[in-house]
Amino acid sequence: MSDCVKLNSREMAEFAAEGLLRFDGIVPDVINQQFLAEAGSVDTPSGEKGSNRTIKSLGNLMAHSSLPEVTPGTVLNTAYKETTALGELVRLPVVRGAIESLVGPESMVDHHFLHLALPSSYYKAAGIPQRTQHTHQDSTIDPRRAFDIQLFYFPHEVGPDMGGTRYVPGTHLRIVSESAIARYQNIRGQQHVVCPAGTLILMHHGVWHGGGINRTGEARYMFKIRLNPSIPQVRLWDTSDLSPRDFEQRPIFFRKEAMNPNDIASLLTRPQPWFEGDTGRLEYINRIRFWRYLLGDENFDADYWVTRIENEPSVTV
Amino acid sequence: MATKQQVLVLYLSSSALDANVIAWAHYDGTGKDDHMSGDSDEPLYRSGMEALADGWRLIQASPLAAHAPGDEFRTGYLKYEFFFEKLINDE
Repeated sequence: MSDCVKLNSREMAEFAAEGLLRFDGIVPDVINQQFLAEAGSVDTPSGEKGSNRTIKSLGNLMAHSSLPEVTPGTVLNTAYKETTALGELVRLPVVRGAIESLVGPESMVDHHFLHLALPSSYYKAAGIPQRTQHTHQDSTIDPRRAFDIQLFYFPHEVGPDMGGTRYVPGTHLRIVSESAIARYQNIRGQQHVVCPAGTLILMHHGVWHGGGINRTGEARYMFKIRLNPSIPQVRLWDTSDLSPRDFEQRPIFFRKEAMNPNDIASLLTRPQPWFEGDTGRLEYINRIRFWRYLLGDENFDADYWVTRIENEPSVTV
Repeated sequence: MATKQQVLVLYLSSSALDANVIAWAHYDGTGKDDHMSGDSDEPLYRSGMEALADGWRLIQASPLAAHAPGDEFRTGYLKYEFFFEKLINDE
């Protein structure tokens, strides 16, 4: 397999806290162009009416696309031929390194899918309203400690009118049931993808997200690959930057010096705008427990959040 | 003349009605406004109290539930949900 540039501990802690890592424009344009050619183009509007029209357009595109079908559980290393755009993409050293840091060297393809945001002209021709996608968490209720990642690949530039994927950082550790969260139309801190061609976002499977409305005249493409780990996700990244300081407790609440924002503890306790007062603290606890899993260290704590609630002095007679 | 309902759902940062809005949804039975997911990044009101002051009637608030043993630290759905309505005479 190709060289890889693994994530460092700060990037991993950011992933543990936010549930995602974003790499703007990381995929070279030659691969982006190859991907778009292999994906194929969507049918042009023909005036056909009916709500199944967009589904038929996508069906036609998949049927004639050069993108491969992949059986669930296929090892990533064998899923995409090296000469294809996707084969080249997953072998880029930074992409390969990020994947291996999160789900290991022998991760498996769960599935992939081409997500299309069709332009307004399609909806007008079909006589159906153009709506954003409800906010949801993919798959189903998933209480595992292990996690899958999803690569969101944007092969062309996404402008503000193209309805780039909406996502809510830090929601990945919430256990919900897929579209049960659809009622939350807007959430403080939500992000809308606007990006250069070749952008990749690697997300924990639990991040809440949804597609927007494409108000331009061109279809928007986003390709998503879900990857499963095949080994425990413990210290798979480049841990050479971990120091004793990253394991030490630090004074809390009453402090005489500002906290270093790059401390692992700082990264794990960075709040989100949507945090509730009380459950925001539970988010810290769950992030710390997630970091314990990644670190393989059940004694790790940040700012005493877990130590305090685990303190059960035993009575000796 | 038909009376139609507008519904505003606010999610607050605590169980207090004067707490900050962290998420929101808006449904307009008159059909004049069409709200959908991701259509605004800032809420119309900063707190539930501001919505009351603007004439919204509180019709439901989420109860405070006990924490199930063993499940105390699990997070899921937003906890502090407040439903408001306005009744509109739609000519």
